[in-house]
Amino acid sequence: MQLTIKHITHYAYDTALDYSIQRLLLTPHSFASQSVKSWQVSAPGMAQAMQYRDAFGNKVHLITSNPGSGAYDIVAEGVVEVRDVAGVVQGLSVPVPDAVFLRQTAATLPSEPMEALLQGFGSAARAALPFLHELMAATHGAIAYETGTTHAHTTGAEAFAQGRGVCQDHAHVFIGLARKAGVPARYVTGYLVADDVSPAAHAWAEALVPDLGWVGFDAANLKCPTDHYVRVACGLDAAGTAPVRGCRRGGTGEHMSVEVRVEMSQQ
Amino acid sequence: MSRYFDEMNGKGEGLREPYARIQNWLKGLGPDQVHKALGDAEAIFRKQGITFAVYGSGEASERLIPFDIVPRVFAAQEWRRLSLGIEQRVRALNAFLHDIYHRQEIIRAGRIPREAIINNAAFVPEMMGLDPARGIYSHIIGIDIVRTGDNDFHVLEDNCRTPSGVSYMLEDREAMMYLFPQLFAQQRVAPVEHYPVMLRSTLESVAPPACKGEPVIVLLTPGIHNSAFFEHAFLADEMGVELCEGNDLFVSDGWLYMRTTQEPKKVDVVYRRIDDAYLDPLTFRPDSALGVPGIFDVYRAGRVTLVNAPGTGLADDKAIYSYIPDVVEFYTGERPLLKNVPTWRCAEADSLAYVLDHLAELVVKEVHGSGGYGMLVGPTSSKAEIEAFRAKLKANARNYIAQPTLALSTVPTFAAQGLAPRHVDLRPFVLSGDKIRITPGGLTRVALKEGSLVVNSSQGGGTKDTWVLED
Repeated sequence: MQLTIKHITHYAYDTALDYSIQRLLLTPHSFASQSVKSWQVSAPGMAQAMQYRDAFGNKVHLITSNPGSGAYDIVAEGVVEVRDVAGVVQGLSVPVPDAVFLRQTAATLPSEPMEALLQGFGSAARAALPFLHELMAATHGAIAYETGTTHAHTTGAEAFAQGRGVCQDHAHVFIGLARKAGVPARYVTGYLVADDVSPAAHAWAEALVPDLGWVGFDAANLKCPTDHYVRVACGLDAAGTAPVRGCRRGGTGEHMSVEVRVEMSQQ
Repeated sequence: MSRYFDEMNGKGEGLREPYARIQNWLKGLGPDQVHKALGDAEAIFRKQGITFAVYGSGEASERLIPFDIVPRVFAAQEWRRLSLGIEQRVRALNAFLHDIYHRQEIIRAGRIPREAIINNAAFVPEMMGLDPARGIYSHIIGIDIVRTGDNDFHVLEDNCRTPSGVSYMLEDREAMMYLFPQLFAQQRVAPVEHYPVMLRSTLESVAPPACKGEPVIVLLTPGIHNSAFFEHAFLADEMGVELCEGNDLFVSDGWLYMRTTQEPKKVDVVYRRIDDAYLDPLTFRPDSALGVPGIFDVYRAGRVTLVNAPGTGLADDKAIYSYIPDVVEFYTGERPLLKNVPTWRCAEADSLAYVLDHLAELVVKEVHGSGGYGMLVGPTSSKAEIEAFRAKLKANARNYIAQPTLALSTVPTFAAQGLAPRHVDLRPFVLSGDKIRITPGGLTRVALKEGSLVVNSSQGGGTKDTWVLED
């Protein structure tokens, strides 16, 4: 599948912005099942952006600007070819020992009720792959997909307690429990084109399966990523993997909106 | 015979050689002179503005740290031996940090359990794979050492984050030289005054590869409300570098700048005295108003050096401490020259059972605590205190380690009734850059209360000038 993506993050402020610094994790990698044909990011200050790789190998742009009172856009766009390999990630170098992805963060740390979920698994689920599929189903079942019920800083445990949330929450719960069970798991951001809803920025999890490597699990949609998914960045949790994270001086009354457009074509 | 080793008198066998001149001097010192000297010393410290903040005390929060006029003395030979152990340990600590933030060979080799590192609060995963200048993470280490006998030194704690106290070491020396110049004329005492120069050289030597020409260095402080603010201002002044708060620095187009009255000035090396969590709201705590947004990104890209590196706290974490002798052996291939204090990890069931049975004999510390807060000193605690602590320990065992109470050495100290032995420790300051530089001596802290083994200034400790005699 060839996906032509345009991801626009639009910012506007009620009062003038004196200074803005933003870290962008908006650039996908190529690997065995994903080939980035073209990609570019445009934003104020992009010409002088500092580029580097973070601890997890993500391509980072750091931009600073003083856009004043005007509204502005951060646009990531390009063409990516994806093959359906049932979520198995091959040929992608993430330069940290796998064990680092056992680290719990405030967002992933399981609560006692969450851990109780693990107790319900049958002994058939001891092997990593069946276990992870069972965990994906349990996570999916525990949190009803409902937008507006959680926010960027909601922890997995909080979303679990209220039983509602979005893809970020599903990913945090899945990751927290996988780590608790001794399986390295990481948070992944990217794009999803689904048949029944409009395309969107999306998040899911990847977990390490012995002999198979890293495999994606999208608990929100109860499936492993297909050729309708584009993988952009990974980290320990949502906060560390945010597509745009920024600080500013001035600029009260921030209005932010995100728009993702994707065109699909079979090769 | 005394139970404790006294650094002047041994265990009662008589005067030890390094203190020969001190003893003569003390004999000739009348009560009036002592009284006057102590008063003069206090006036000097007050004038210098050397105070420290005590957290959690109801009264005035700014205090002078009491100073005792009897110096603590090491012979040249004693110091040489101790220095070898310190240098070995510091090299190993930096090698350990490099390994943890790269391939983690020590975990693969099974010498430290993975869990002790990966889910340790002091481990900073954002540091993975980063290559700091010269491979050094902890450029300034203050190793707390206690002595229990002629040749028995133990490391109590490796302070690898932002150790403080060096300003007291410098001021103590200055005060002694002012009060008793004749003592320094009688014998050669290794100088410590050049510490700021050594610190500056160390900072210059770890400028990032992107720095061409003479590096611009700043000292980043959380501000005047920090307990060590005096020291920050003092060191910046002594080194001739700018003292900055977070708001004085900013990132623009991928470089770190300092605001000045003219053009912004590019900064190469930041000696930061802000904790990891507050350093950069873009990477660490987003609510931090003390740090500089983006400074970690610029560091990651090799365009500035942070001193000490984020994540160095892992090497002085109390849960890791008990593994340090293994760490030294693993990275140096040598037997550790400095001993650890035997330590029970309360996270382990057998150890916890032992500790609960022996609370009255042990010192129990919080794994992530510092400054002598939240600890139990069994032998000097009441039954009620011990029982209260037992409950806390049971509720959260993995948060604690326990150690035997050590028979800390004593040094004669002026108390209300005259000269009396008081327990001491030692914090030598070790600088790592193009080479390792160790201050001769360091900061001697003294527990002023009779019998007390807690030397922390926050718990009523004082300081002494520390001498290393030259041959």
